[in-house]
Amino acid sequence: MNIIVVMKQTFDTEEKVSIQNGQIVEDGVEFIINPYDEYAIEEAIKLKEEFGGEVTVMTVGPSRAENALRTALAMGADKAVIVDDEELFGDEYTISKALAHVIKDRDYDIILTGNTSVDNGAGQVGPRLAEELGIAHVATITKLSIEGAVATLVRDVEGDTETVDVKLPLLVTAQQGLNEPRYPSLPGIMKAKKKPMERLSADDLELDPETIKAKTAIVEQYLPPKKEAGRVLSGELQDQVKELVQLLRNEAKVI
Amino acid sequence: MDKSFLDELRQGVRAVCGDFPDAYWRELDEKRAYPEDFVNALTAAGFLGALIPEEYGGSGLGITESSVILEEINRSGGNAGACHAQMYTMGTLLRHGSEQQKQRYLRKIADGSLRLQAFGVTEPNTGTDTTQLKTTAVRKGDKYIVNGQKVFISRTEYSDLMLLLVRTTPLDQVKKRTEGLSVLLVDLREAVGNGLTIKPIRTMMNHATTELFIEDLEVPVENLIGEEGKGFSYILDGMNAERILIAAECIGDGRWFIERAVGYANQRVVFKRPIGENQGIQFPISRAHVNLEAADLMRFRAAELFDAGQKCGAEANMAKLLAADASWEAANVTLQTHGGYGFAEEYDVERKFRETRLYQVAPISTNLILSYVAEHVLGLPRSY
Repeated sequence: MNIIVVMKQTFDTEEKVSIQNGQIVEDGVEFIINPYDEYAIEEAIKLKEEFGGEVTVMTVGPSRAENALRTALAMGADKAVIVDDEELFGDEYTISKALAHVIKDRDYDIILTGNTSVDNGAGQVGPRLAEELGIAHVATITKLSIEGAVATLVRDVEGDTETVDVKLPLLVTAQQGLNEPRYPSLPGIMKAKKKPMERLSADDLELDPETIKAKTAIVEQYLPPKKEAGRVLSGELQDQVKELVQLLRNEAKVI
Repeated sequence: MDKSFLDELRQGVRAVCGDFPDAYWRELDEKRAYPEDFVNALTAAGFLGALIPEEYGGSGLGITESSVILEEINRSGGNAGACHAQMYTMGTLLRHGSEQQKQRYLRKIADGSLRLQAFGVTEPNTGTDTTQLKTTAVRKGDKYIVNGQKVFISRTEYSDLMLLLVRTTPLDQVKKRTEGLSVLLVDLREAVGNGLTIKPIRTMMNHATTELFIEDLEVPVENLIGEEGKGFSYILDGMNAERILIAAECIGDGRWFIERAVGYANQRVVFKRPIGENQGIQFPISRAHVNLEAADLMRFRAAELFDAGQKCGAEANMAKLLAADASWEAANVTLQTHGGYGFAEEYDVERKFRETRLYQVAPISTNLILSYVAEHVLGLPRSY
């Protein structure tokens, strides 16, 4: 079975985000594999263990993202591909177009990715990529089993679950609960050093960046305002209720 | 040294340690229990097989990389003392054991199915004066009959195998007192109850150390490591590795302490401002950090020499002393910074404080390191 995992390197979820001149500061920041993509990697390795084959992990991002790919290789993936050409960085539209170019001539039975990234949180790359490739996709899966050419998936539908059977090839996005990602073992880390890492640019992909320019732009970035101390109302309960309603209407303007 | 590989290694160890938070170690400390789950997780991830050559199922890494693994364990708030010996005790077997012994044991040690993490050297009446040890092994056919006593032997209750240093030729029959000692590999699973009695020693920290009583214990002659009578030199050449690895654990402790001290100093508000705004709080933390960084340089220097196969006795010993002193200084500063809360169990400072104090004494006392430097580096008369 040929398995592709699309992943992203993101800020460590424990990092404090700081902004300077409208840009997020990356100096001294720890980066990790997007946690939802980790589920995708784990599931891919489990599929390989069950059916044999090969797991290729890929990302579009700066060269620092190679570390995330290395970790995936240490977990048990076989090959890595990074598109580290800045001209192809854009938005979800650009990224999914670029990824489709990388994938279109490769053999694959299933593509796995996280259902969203914890930084931008758009949740678009997976479904967009499936559309580009003309294959089916199922989002937010919490269970996956494959028999013959059919995958049976349980997906999280905001508080309930839905079970669907889909023919391969297929793209799925992983939701929390799908599995418990393994640690990279020391022998895994050692082996990863010798596994292939393919670096691709727009030229390699015979792709004109002008044709897939981002459709969206970030106008401004700012941190949420600091939480101010709350107000405690006092007096008779009836008066407090009146005051609260007044405040909600006139000050907070929510009713 | 490949820094990006070391970073990857650090992240790998952190991923394992991340599942074992402060509360895990705190509870073990309270119960004086062995960190079985942690040791199993670390073993399964292959980190304790770092020094074992690839041909025997390990990862064939050097002391530099291995020291980083142990450093990260202590830095996470845990204590590598529960399992560090699984990493390096096998060194004696690797360097001096027969091919047959290596084939039989190393692979299983690498995958963790056999634990070799006990080394019986110290005795109640000899301490560091190792050549005077009283435990004897007398050959009788294809067996050695062992009699004697050992003390402060760590992890024997959680180990399958133990290396044991014994006297095979009496002191009055050897030319030099360093001769006549031998290393035996004891299968603890068979020995306990058949000549070997293990008695745990409760100490000020959660460290599974024990006393051993040996009475007519039979050890097959095939379990002799290397040549009979050369055991003393076999244990000496493992000591530099141990010094460097332990120095790294001290560095890990020191980093943990500094991080906690800084965190608390920034967050604790007294007299309407964080206590960290006071130089009286800042300076001791800064000084501890500076000393820790210096000790870390000596540790990497010693590791670099060791991995290049060069002489590193002085550097390894100095690294151990500097690192043990730096972690102890950091521990003291962190306790002081935390005030009363430093003594409260739930802050973990008092636990780590007790743990890091050990490095002043074990596996080698800082006093003996000073004696070593005086004699072997400075050319002063031997003082012991």
